This record gives sequence, structure tokens and C-alpha cells, in this order.
Amino acid sequence: MALKPFYNEMYAADGSVRPQYAGFADWLKNTPPEKIAQNREAADLMFHRVGITFAVYGETTGTERLIPFDIVPHVIPGKKWEEVAKGLTQRITALNAFLHDVYHDQNILKAGKVPANMVLENSQFRPEMMHVNVPGGIYAHVAGIDLVKDADGEYYVLEDNLRTPSGVSYLLENRKMMMRLFPELFAAQTIRPVDHYPDMLLETLRNAAPIGVDNPTIVLMTPGNFNSAYFEHAFLAQQMGIELVEGIDLFVQDNTVFMRTTQGPQKVDVIYRRIDDDFIDPLAFRPDSMLGVPGLMNAYRAGRVTLANAVGTGVADDKSLYPYVPEMIRFYLGEEPILKNVHTYMLTNKTDLDYVIANMADLVIKETQGSGGYGMLVGPMSTKEERERYKRRVLDAPERFIAQPTLSLSTCPTFIGKGLVPRHIDLRPYILSGKTVNFVPGGLTRVALREGSLVVNSSQGGGVKDTWVID
Amino acid sequence: MLSRTASMLYWMSRNVERAENTARILDVAYRMSLLTKDPDLQDQEWFAPLNITGTLFPFSGRHSIVCAKEVLHFMALDAENPSSIYNCAKQARENARAVRGSITSEMWEVLNSTWIEMQNMDEDRLYARGISTFFEWVKERSHLFRGVTFGTMRRDDAFQFNRLGTYMERADNTARMLDVKYHVLLPSVDDVGGAVDYYQWSAVLRSVSAYESYRKVYRDSVTPVRIAELLILRIDIPRSLHYCMHDVYDILCKVQNRSSAEATRQAGEIYAALQFGRIGNIFHTGLHEYLTEFLEGTDRLGEEINDAFFAPEVVVTPTEE
Repeated sequence: MALKPFYNEMYAADGSVRPQYAGFADWLKNTPPEKIAQNREAADLMFHRVGITFAVYGETTGTERLIPFDIVPHVIPGKKWEEVAKGLTQRITALNAFLHDVYHDQNILKAGKVPANMVLENSQFRPEMMHVNVPGGIYAHVAGIDLVKDADGEYYVLEDNLRTPSGVSYLLENRKMMMRLFPELFAAQTIRPVDHYPDMLLETLRNAAPIGVDNPTIVLMTPGNFNSAYFEHAFLAQQMGIELVEGIDLFVQDNTVFMRTTQGPQKVDVIYRRIDDDFIDPLAFRPDSMLGVPGLMNAYRAGRVTLANAVGTGVADDKSLYPYVPEMIRFYLGEEPILKNVHTYMLTNKTDLDYVIANMADLVIKETQGSGGYGMLVGPMSTKEERERYKRRVLDAPERFIAQPTLSLSTCPTFIGKGLVPRHIDLRPYILSGKTVNFVPGGLTRVALREGSLVVNSSQGGGVKDTWVID
Repeated sequence: MLSRTASMLYWMSRNVERAENTARILDVAYRMSLLTKDPDLQDQEWFAPLNITGTLFPFSGRHSIVCAKEVLHFMALDAENPSSIYNCAKQARENARAVRGSITSEMWEVLNSTWIEMQNMDEDRLYARGISTFFEWVKERSHLFRGVTFGTMRRDDAFQFNRLGTYMERADNTARMLDVKYHVLLPSVDDVGGAVDYYQWSAVLRSVSAYESYRKVYRDSVTPVRIAELLILRIDIPRSLHYCMHDVYDILCKVQNRSSAEATRQAGEIYAALQFGRIGNIFHTGLHEYLTEFLEGTDRLGEEINDAFFAPEVVVTPTEE
């Protein structure tokens, strides 16, 4: 199947520069190649020195890699962003309402809008959370919603990340880098700032404290320095001025969480945890977890400590529930969804399954529980053998997969070697939920550096760009 | 602050200080060996750094002869030797990475770029750059780290534990450096007080950057007793035992908690002995014996510090529900 022509973020179909890129295009035209090369080198060097790295799984322990950074920004006109922001607010509000509902009265299941078995039998559904009241009714305090632009220039939601979305440190460091490299561009145009994100996050966490705690002690809990996102955990803790703790630093006594300090035990009120549900408490979940804190779940259920995000959010960002998000928006908010979903084939449905098996070469098939771009089949890029192998897996357990049409992800000019070439991108805005929904403008732009590739994950050879919302 | 964080900060600065001091020790050994003309005796000089750092045993497990090239490699670059400069740089950076939230970005960047550069260092480059140039580089990175620490870090507990590591390690190293003469044999008894003896003692002074201070304080020729007095008892010499233990005691008073009384007492005892000590009595005991006892005392203190701050016993009663 021939893909529709891609939407190029910088150039319109007639080759002219889109208005939001005028400033950058001028710079490109007027800057000698040596200066550009110099800027790119300077960026590399600085990232190395600052140590912005991510660990790679499956390689020797402790392997650290630099995430490739491209100096061409992803520019979004302010007006367009306002629309997107409204859509994101609407979507996260509905998702939080859904989480509250499925762990309380389950009205949406009773109304038959979402099949009850898909929720209740989902491995990410946590019965331990039934009738637990979390402060403010907020479950996903921090969410990352991945957006892509199709050939028509329209945004689609690719997936919701409501567990422990990562990458926001790159967003912040990318901006710092661009301001060092292109001060003149920031002086000449109004690019909306993003560097207040840590303040907003801290405020969100403070507001999530258990009722009655005025000056909460907040900590960031990391699985440790072999985790792929360790740099980010340390970075955010530092930016917010809170302790970066590991499981061994915490203990629970009488349903209260304490950290071990040089001045004796200190009570902890809010835990921004960057560690999956399965690992937070060996008594409640995986008994083999060395990363967790025994008794944490009881303290949490007793309302003595807040976990952000809440336990059990995974049931709302599971890919098998994704097709129902528009329905959630209608059900809880009585509104039409502003951001579109990508059409999704449910392989438990016989008609859909037959269609998908017959059209594998045109579709993208994903595991419902997969993440990081692992375990997916991109039909148009696959070989016949790969499709055959994948088909057997799908037929073995169709409920574990979904399929979507291959989107013609938009492209953005990107430096590869010495020249600029179009590469596919997506956008992950980070959404903070508390009394209100907040975010910094734009988000993290990820770019697939391999020619033709549609997979932007850093673990799969993706890079990052700065995102400019410009007025 | 978190016990684990305090421990990481302490070991971070101990590793930086150890790298610097290992460079100083090797530099001295190198200078001393240049003075010895007899090739057989030249190699003898290289026992000293191993003896001082207490690494003769692990070294001889892997090397059959002691010579300049082997010792230099073992102590500077060997990835298998846990206290090589290479591993100190690595460990300091790993410790810093684990506590990035408690140190400033500038401190992290110094340790990170030191480690990046260290990884590019091998024997060929070491000799191509010149051995002394390498030692200078190690010292400069340590100076830079210390400067950045003082210039950027908030004066909180994290700062105190960081400094505690520096002074504990430095006291240990100065004591070991002073003991170097015990391990370095003079060519013959006749050389005592001779040119070689003199040069060796000045090398010790220079190794702790105290040569100029010595001149200012004594305005006289270099003698072992005065050197020992300078590096043990003077409070105004930043690498002296007195100076280091004064700060160790001071820090322990500042960060004290319910279980640190014994650590503070031990530090106070060592500090008081230095404050009121006389060099005559020390030499009467024997310098080597005195230093050995000092090192045993600081070792015990190190264990006390560990128990009081880094590995506190917490009684957890299991909750049932």
C-alpha cells in the first residue's frame, strides 16, 4: 500500500516555509555550514558533560548512552497548541474519572459503555484499590499522551501513558541546550517557556498530600541507578529539591512510611514513584521484588501516604482499553472528544481479526501491554517471514494484540550526516493533574532517525528535538 | 538527609581525595627514584608506594617483580585494583551519580568529565603526556572539585558529610606519607643526614605541597623532626593531622545524632592528643609506631561513623492487617 504523502512540519506542499518556521529557516539560510556543524558538536559535547544518558536494557549492566539530539526544532503555532491543550485536558479529566469509577461504583461498566470483562480481567486492574479513596480523586498525577500528525495535518492520540511516563528531563535539557546554541532566535521570537515544569510538578505533588498534612515531605522513588531513566529521576529530584530514595531507604511502621536519615527516621507523606505497581511492595505484589518497601501498600490504602501516580492506573492506559477513551469522554463529561483516536481493530472481534490477518502488510500490530516500541509489527516495513511469525503469535492469543492502520507520521527536517533530511516525529506532552490540569506548552518531540522508520523510541534508535510553541 | 546519600557523599569525596593523594605518593616515588642512580636500587624505591597504601599484597599477587612501570600501572590505571586512580575516579563518579540530587550540577560535571577523560587514558598516553603531567592533571581535577564544592554547595548536612570524607581520607594519607621514610631504605647508614636523606625528606614535604610553608614557618634547613611537627601538630597546615582531625571533630559535632556520641568522643580524643601533643614525645615513642597507632585510631573512627550515620539500626515491628 502506498502511503499518503507525509505532512512536513517545516515546508508546505508547494515548498514554501510554514509561517511558524520563518525564524528558524532564516537562521538556516544565513548561517554558514561550519557554524551549524559547530553548534551540533557543541550540543553533543555539552550533553556528554552534563551526563544526560539513558541505560540500555539487554546490554552490559551500566551501559549508558547519549540520546541523539537534533538541533532543528519542532515548531507548533500557539493557536494550534491551544486546541491540542484543550483536547489533552479533556482526555486526562475523563481518564481520571474513569479510574475513580472503575475502583468505586463501576458505572461505566454497568452502563455497558466499556465491556466489564476487559476491565475486571485485565492484569493491570488492581482489586486492592477497590473503594480506596485517593486525595482529590486523582489517579494519574503525571501523564504522557503521545500524539502524532497524519498526512492531513490533524493530530491523533497514539497512546496514553498513565503509569510512569518518562522523558520530561529531555524536554527541559533540550530547551536549555537550544537557548545556549540559539540565543538570537529566542530573542527575536516569542517561544513559550517550559522551564517551570519542576515547580508545577512539585506543586502537583504537594497538593496530592494526605488530608491534614500541611507541609508534606515529598520524595521521588527510583528503582536505582541501573534503571534506564535514572538520570531523569535524579534530575527531577534535584530540580524539585526533594530526596531521591530507593526502596531500601524507606520502611513502614504502624502504617506510616519513614525514610532512614542521618537524623533518624523521618515521616514521608507523598511518594512520586517511578517504579511499577508490581515492584512497590513485596508483601502486596511481587514477593521477589528487591526494589519495594514491605507494607507500603497498607500504608497507602490507609491514606497515610500518597503514591503518585496511584496504584492501578495501568488499567486505563492499556492498549485494549484505548479504543474506549472517546466513549469515556462522552460518558463522564458529556462532550465530544477534541483529539481523535487512531482507528483500532480489536482482535477479539472475529470480523476485525479476519481483516487484520488478511491485511497485515498495511497495519501496525501492537501488544496491548507492550511499551517502548518493543514487540510491535510495522506492516509496511516488515518481511513476509516476520509477518508469518507474528501471525502465529496473534492467532495464539488474539486478546493480547490490537491493530491500527499505518499512519503517515509527519516529518520534520533533521540533520543526518551533513545534510537535512525529513524524519518522522511524534510529540509527548506531559500533563499534570491536581485541582486543575496543567502543562508546559509543547512536549517532548521524538524523532525516528532511521530513514523511513516510524518507531521513535530511544531504545529503538530514536532521537529528540526541542519543541517550540511560538506566538 | 538520607543515610544512603550521606554515605555516598562521604565516599565520593574520599575517592576524590584518595585519587589526589595516590597521585602525590606516586609523584614522590617517581622523584625519589630519579635520584637513585643504581638501577637495582631504583626498583627498590617502588616498594614504598605499595607499602604506604597497603597494596603490596594484592600487587604481588599479580606481579612478580616490583618496578616503576608495573607499580605505576597498578596504582594509576589498573581497572582490577580497587584503589587505583582509575577506580577512584570511577567510584567518585558513580557515587556522585547516585546522589545527583544532593550535589550541585557543577560538582557532578567535574566528576563526570574527569571520568570521561580518565577512560581515554592508557599506558601509552600516560607516557606520551609525561608521568608528572598526569599526576598534575589528577591533582588539578581534585582541586577543581574542591573549589566547585566550596563555591557552589549549600552549607547543609550534605556539605558536611562530603567534607568529612575529605578530611578522614586526607588524615589517613598524610600519616601514610609521613611514614614513607620508614619504608624507603637509604643506600647505607652513612647516608643518614646526607644529600639523599635530605632530598627524600623534601620530597615528602613537596608531596603534600608544604615545602613553602615549611620555609615560612621554620626559616631553617629541612629536618625530619620539624617536618613531622609541621605535618602532625601544626593547626595552620591544611594537610596536617591536627588540621584534619580538628575539622573531623567539628563536623561530627555539627551533624551529631542520637547514636553518634561514641564517634564524636573518639574524634575528640584523637583531636585533643594532636592539639596538646609534643613532637619530642612522638619521636620518643618512635614516629613509625606513633603513625601506626594513629591510623588504627582513624580506622576505628571510620567504623563508628559508618555505624552512627550510614547504617543505622532501625527496629521495624511488622504490621499486620
